[in-house]
Amino acid sequence: MIKLQEINKTYQVGDSPLRALCDVSLQIASGEYLSVMGPSGSGKSTLLNMIGLLDRPDSGRYWFDTVATEELSEERRARLRGENIGFIFQQFHLINRLSAFENIELPMMLAGQPLKQRRNTVANVLAMVGLSARASHKPNQLSGGQLQRVAIARAIVMRPRLLLADEPTGNLDSHSGGEVVDVLEKLNQDGITLIVVTHDQTLGDRAKRHIRMVDGRIHSDHSDDTRSQQRVEKRGKNSVDETD
Amino acid sequence: MSMRLTDQFTFNRQLFLRHRVRTLLLLLAVAIGVASVILLTSLGEGARGYVDREFSALGNRILAVLPGRKETTGAGPPIYGAVPRDLTLEDANALATIPGVLAVAPIVAGTTTVAYSNRSREVITLGSTDAFFAVRQLDVGAGRVLSPRSRSEPLAVCVLGVKVKRELFGSSRALGEWVRVGDRRMRVIGVLEERGESLGLDMRDMLLIPVRTAEQLFDSPSLFRILLDIAPSSDSDKIEQKILTVIRKRHDGEEDVTVISQDSMLAAFDSILVTLTLAIAAIASISLLVAGILIMNISLISVSQRRKEIGLLKAIGASSRQIKQLFIGESLLLMSMGSAAGITFAFSLILIFARLWPSFPLQPPVWAVPAALLVAFGTGLVFSIMPAKQAAALDPVLALRGLQP
Repeated sequence: MIKLQEINKTYQVGDSPLRALCDVSLQIASGEYLSVMGPSGSGKSTLLNMIGLLDRPDSGRYWFDTVATEELSEERRARLRGENIGFIFQQFHLINRLSAFENIELPMMLAGQPLKQRRNTVANVLAMVGLSARASHKPNQLSGGQLQRVAIARAIVMRPRLLLADEPTGNLDSHSGGEVVDVLEKLNQDGITLIVVTHDQTLGDRAKRHIRMVDGRIHSDHSDDTRSQQRVEKRGKNSVDETD
Repeated sequence: MSMRLTDQFTFNRQLFLRHRVRTLLLLLAVAIGVASVILLTSLGEGARGYVDREFSALGNRILAVLPGRKETTGAGPPIYGAVPRDLTLEDANALATIPGVLAVAPIVAGTTTVAYSNRSREVITLGSTDAFFAVRQLDVGAGRVLSPRSRSEPLAVCVLGVKVKRELFGSSRALGEWVRVGDRRMRVIGVLEERGESLGLDMRDMLLIPVRTAEQLFDSPSLFRILLDIAPSSDSDKIEQKILTVIRKRHDGEEDVTVISQDSMLAAFDSILVTLTLAIAAIASISLLVAGILIMNISLISVSQRRKEIGLLKAIGASSRQIKQLFIGESLLLMSMGSAAGITFAFSLILIFARLWPSFPLQPPVWAVPAALLVAFGTGLVFSIMPAKQAAALDPVLALRGLQP
C-alpha cells in the first residue's frame, strides 16, 4: 500500500541544515499495525508527515497504492489525503468554536458531501467511539480522553484506509489513554492500516511491527513474528528514549 | 472536490459568532463606508436636482442681454477707449423683431424710497413693461399688471411686492392708493402674488414701474438688462448670434453686450455639480478603502491566530485553494453584510432627511449603490488576497505544532 524509496528531507534550522530524513526506504502493507519510535529529532514526525502527504520529500519516491505522489499537484495531494488518510494528534487539534459533531463533520464538509449523508456518517462514527451522547458538546466541555476520541472519529469519518497517530496518548492519563488505544486497535482489526508514532514503550510494544528511528534513518525495523529477520541493531531503550 | 456554498456560510457564521466584537466592528467600518458613498453622492445629486428644478420652475426659455462684454482678452489695455455703449429701449425694440423671440422685457433698475402716509422704505425698483410679467411668469395677487401702454408712456402707476405692500399698508387696502416714489406720486394698480425667491431675486421686496417712468426717475436711458422669452422650438444659439448681429449693427460694429442663456447656465451648473458629485464619491470611497485595509489587517492577525486550525484543515483534506476560498469568502461575506447595513442606514437617513427638508430632497444617483458595492467588494477581494495567500501557504506540519515558519 505504501512504498517509500530513498526519501530525503532537510530542514533549515537557523543557519545549519538539519537532515530530518536520510535515505529512508519503507514498505507498508494494507492492514498493518506499526509503531515508530525513537528519540526526539530522529525524524519520526517528519516520516509521519511524509507518509501523510503533508510534506514533500527533497528527493526519493513515494507510491501510495500505485500513485507516484511526488508528481501530484497540491490539489491532488490534498484530495488523496482527504479521502485516504486520517490524522490523530497529541494536541487533538479540535476547533474550539465547533461542537463535537461539527468537528467530526469538517472533513466531509470540505469534501462537499451533502448534509444528510454527513448526519448519518457522523452519528455512526460517534457511536463507534462511544460518544453519541456528547455530539453537541463543545471541546471545552469534554475530557481529554473524550477529546481524543472525537479526534479519532474525525479522522475516520471519511473511511480512510490509513490512520496516522502522532503520540495519541501523550496528553492523556493511563486510563483514558487505554480507551483511546482500544478504539484505534479495534479500527485496525477492522482492516485500517495504523501507524503510531510514540515515545511510550508500552504503546509501541503493542504494535505488530516496530520501527526505530535514529538521526533520520531507520535504525531497526522488525515484526513480532519475524523479529530476527529484519533486525538491524538493537539498543537499550533507556539510552535513546527521551521526552519532548 | 469543493466545499458547498452553504457549508462555507455555516463555517464563516460560526467564526463570526465566535468573534462577535471583531465582526461587529468590521461590519460597522464597511457600513459607514458604503453609507457615506451613498449619502454624499445623494447630497451632490440633490443639489443638482434642486438647481434643475429652480430653472425649470421658470417654465420658459429665457435669454438675458447685459451691457458690456464679460470676456477678458488678457491682451493688455484696449487700444481705443472701449467704454461699452448703453443698452437702450430702442435696442430692446430692435431685438423684438428677431424671429423666435416671443417677448422682450427691458429692465431699468435702481433703488428708490417709496412712502405712504408716514411710512417709507428703500426698495429695489425695476422699470419694465407688461412683457416682464410674461417672461418671468409673474402674476398679481390683486389688481392688475402693467399695461402694454407702459412700453411707451411714462405712466404714474406701480405694482408692489407683497412685503413692500405689507410694510407700507399693513392689512389695509393698497389698490388705488397713491404712494410717493422718489419725487413722484404713483397710483398702486397691483400687488404681486406671494412668491418666494427666484434665481436670487426676492420678488416680494420689490417695486415695479413702467420703463419710461423709471428712465425719468433715474434720469438715465441705460437699461440694466433685457430679458427675452424665446420660442420653445427655437435654437437658442442661433438667436444669440442674431442678437449679437442686431446689436453690432446698432452699436457701430461693437459687440459690446453679453448674452446669457438659461440653457448654458443650467449646463454650467450641471457640469459643476456632476463633477462635484463624482469628487465627493471618490472621497467617500476612501473610507471604504480604509475599511478594506482594516479587514486585511484583521485577516492577517486572524491567519496567525488560526495557524493551528489552518494546518488542521489541510491535514483533513483541505487544499490550498479551499483555504484561500475560506478566507476570501469570509471577507466578501463581511463586505456584503456591511454593505447591506450601510445601504439600509443610508436610505433611512435619506427618508428622514426628506421629511425634515422636503424642498431639498437627497436623491441617490442611480449609480451610487452599484458604485458603492463595486468599491466594497473590490476592496474586500483585493485586501483579502494577501491574508488568504499567506494562510494557504502555511506549512501544515509547522502550523499544527504552533510554530512560526
